[in-house]
Amino acid sequence: MRYELSVNGESVHVEAAADTPLLWVLRDELGLTGTKFGCGMGLCGACTVHVAGHPVRTCITPVNAVLGKRITTVEGIGHDRVGHAVQTAWLALGVPQCGYCQAGQIMSAAALLRHSTHPTDADIDSAMAGNICRCGTYPRIRAAIHQAAQQLRGAA
Amino acid sequence: MSARNPGGQRPITRRTVLQGAAALGGFVLCLRESGGIVLASQPPLYGAAAFPGGVVENPLVFVAIHPDDTVTVTVHRPEMGQGIRTSLALVVADELEADWPRVQVTQAPADESRYGSEDTDGSRSMRHFFEPMRRVGAAARMMLESAAAAHWRVPVSEVAAERQQVVHRGTGRRLSYGQLADQAMRQSVPEPSQVRLKDPAQFRYIGKSNTRLIDGADIVAGRAAYGIDTRLDGMLYAVVARPAVLGGKLVRYDAQAALAVPGVLRVVQIPSHSLPAQYYPLGGIAVLARNTWAAIKGREALKLQWDDGPNRSYDSRQFEKVLEQAVRNPAKVIRNQGDAQTILEKSGKRIEAEYYLPSLAHASMEPPAATARISNGHCEVWAPVQAPQATRDLVTELLGMKESDVTVHVTLLGGGFGRKSMPDFAGEAALLSKAMQGAPVRVMWTREDDIQCDYYQAAALEHLEAALGPDGMPLAWLHRSAAATENATFTAGAEGEDETEYGQGMSNIPFRIPNIRLEIPSVPAYARIGWFRSVYNIAHGFAVQSFVDEVAHAAGRDPRAYQLELIGPPRRIDPRSLADTWNYGESPTLHPLDTGRLRGVIERATSEAGWGRRMPRGHGLGLAATYSFMSYAAAVIEVRVGANGELTIPRVDLAFDCGPQVNPDRVRAQLEGACIMGLTLAMHGEITFKAGRVQQSNFNDYAVMRMSEAPREIRLHLQPAGFDVPLGGVGEPGLPPIAPALCNAIFAATGRRIRRLPIGSTLSRQTS
Repeated sequence: MRYELSVNGESVHVEAAADTPLLWVLRDELGLTGTKFGCGMGLCGACTVHVAGHPVRTCITPVNAVLGKRITTVEGIGHDRVGHAVQTAWLALGVPQCGYCQAGQIMSAAALLRHSTHPTDADIDSAMAGNICRCGTYPRIRAAIHQAAQQLRGAA
Repeated sequence: MSARNPGGQRPITRRTVLQGAAALGGFVLCLRESGGIVLASQPPLYGAAAFPGGVVENPLVFVAIHPDDTVTVTVHRPEMGQGIRTSLALVVADELEADWPRVQVTQAPADESRYGSEDTDGSRSMRHFFEPMRRVGAAARMMLESAAAAHWRVPVSEVAAERQQVVHRGTGRRLSYGQLADQAMRQSVPEPSQVRLKDPAQFRYIGKSNTRLIDGADIVAGRAAYGIDTRLDGMLYAVVARPAVLGGKLVRYDAQAALAVPGVLRVVQIPSHSLPAQYYPLGGIAVLARNTWAAIKGREALKLQWDDGPNRSYDSRQFEKVLEQAVRNPAKVIRNQGDAQTILEKSGKRIEAEYYLPSLAHASMEPPAATARISNGHCEVWAPVQAPQATRDLVTELLGMKESDVTVHVTLLGGGFGRKSMPDFAGEAALLSKAMQGAPVRVMWTREDDIQCDYYQAAALEHLEAALGPDGMPLAWLHRSAAATENATFTAGAEGEDETEYGQGMSNIPFRIPNIRLEIPSVPAYARIGWFRSVYNIAHGFAVQSFVDEVAHAAGRDPRAYQLELIGPPRRIDPRSLADTWNYGESPTLHPLDTGRLRGVIERATSEAGWGRRMPRGHGLGLAATYSFMSYAAAVIEVRVGANGELTIPRVDLAFDCGPQVNPDRVRAQLEGACIMGLTLAMHGEITFKAGRVQQSNFNDYAVMRMSEAPREIRLHLQPAGFDVPLGGVGEPGLPPIAPALCNAIFAATGRRIRRLPIGSTLSRQTS
């Protein structure tokens, strides 16, 4: 099947089987390899992107479920005010170790901060519950989310 | 994450034998012990020099200065999250007087004859290459100074490099590194003995944490390239159906339905190598397709019949009985002082306990993945590997090519933790490219593949006994440690831990106990055993540090005071006197076991944690301290156990002494990570086998700690040290004290002793 998708503000055409998870369309067909494979079951969050502004696990989201919806990946999130603040905080606090899961972490954090400018630790636990980091960067992720929130409040 | 005897356990290729015979003290010793071969006595080599690749210090290999005034540093150690691309580069940049924002890093391909040892495990990269990389940077700086002096026709003593420029002191004239680039690279390379290093007081970056992560901006923007991200024109995507049981072989297959999946192009059989497994691919059937999804769907459609082979009846529950038998009977004695047996038999106050650690899988977030392409008789591989040269050796052998016709590009690793020391997956990619007439093929493992076909941390059962004297201190100590050896992955029939394995926190306990007996039973392996971050220190640290806590309580003593008394006064112990002839491959004189430093981290962690403070109901503090990879770590963990057994960890205090810290921010990051990985394995980590098969498959049944469970606060306390102190390891030694500190805290909070990991739902089960 041929599909038209809206990815990072651009309209793109892809050829894919209807049940193909969005993850493989992004990675294999569009070359957007910033979105990572981690589990294939929606358990680890490495594949998180935004669909219409909401965090979605692309490894279990078929491509035909996102037609006509705005898709934003880690490659595009820096153009967004919130996404940029998250990336900036991630760098300032040296969050990444191996970095592999961080695209998904950043997408989940950006989705949280778009709706909540004063996230509590409990809000963060809840928003980030679907993202695993095997390197153990959780303490810095938490600190970076607080820092990005503070920056966004100051800039608002 | 190997902590192996250098040269001793890698599959012995001609290359390592030749180099080993010429250069390896440790290797020579191995031959003499095992084969009775007597060679001319040589002083043993230690550190990086004892590795086949050794050390290369040529600045022309590692430093390039460009006319645009940028500097490229080649880093030869793979990056898996430890920050080594940043940390080795900042060492070179500091001695070079380079300006950090203008420093770029390039990753060396696999070539140990050019770059020195690239085998990244054992917490060795900075420990072995800090001094060499300082000399590389300093030698390049001297070449720039020589070029400037020649240009100005002044004595080199009148010029000095400073922040990416060379300055003539008398006149204030300046030339940028970019202007000097061409001339500098033509200067003769200073002899190592002539290289002038900076006074550490002049360091700009070393020890400072003011250097941005070299890959940070790429990572947060999704641009960083891992092994799974390689894309080549015309590339095929492959997944492989592998034997579920080690040693299993394909009997027959039907690929008709698989080939009918749109996008599937071909299936290819990969031969199964006979055991021992070594680094060879496990074999099976590969499905090659135009995209990953088609390959996965194609694999699901395969009809396969296997002969499960000799390990078909392996059952890890039954194997626990084997381990129990092993530790409850006399075994090979590896350290014996006094007469522990007699004293234990006669003792009126005898404590006994057994501690179990199950098998563990690494579960790096990036599963194994590799790409290969063969054209014009040359094979190129792109792979996230900790052992680049072993990868190159394997591909060379599998393809029957010359080493010079194989190039291995090292990508970023999306986590390694020891798994990616084993390059079997890169071998698969090479074989598949060959089967496709050289077309580029990328093999990707799914999470299920990763969990079920790993090289596992060996399950271990630790049996300890102590006889207490009238003062409550142990008069006798018996420890039997039963676990399969990693050697079994390389040598058929190898059983029980060897000196590089029991040397990880079992044989080398520095306790002042008059009678000590340590034994190692023979235990076979039924799965691939591989290195896992901190390796045998995990089981030994858990057992020894839990038992010290138990014995302290039995004696009615405070565990902190008791442990300090057990360790005794500050002294430097020759590891050979503790039956440790291995010492992580390091010199026993340069790296003795320093009980003063061990005491230091215990005192620091307990004081920072407020040891002895009044705890609210349900809260408890636990202490554990370990020495591994030449570094000292002590953890105090605070737990809260709720009425229904729910466990939370408000705070961890971890004191750490690795000597001087080259990049303190990355040391902290590694300790935070080690803490969380240690808590993950303590609370959730368990791989079980039934009918030879791994029973877990993904993060639903092999859980990794999530953010909400992680300690709210990890407080790190780095012990200060000058740069005259030899460096210790960083990546692994933070992990071993975590599980025992957690379990000791649970005991303090609830009176319940955990002797079997993972904790899982133990606490809630027993309270309900």
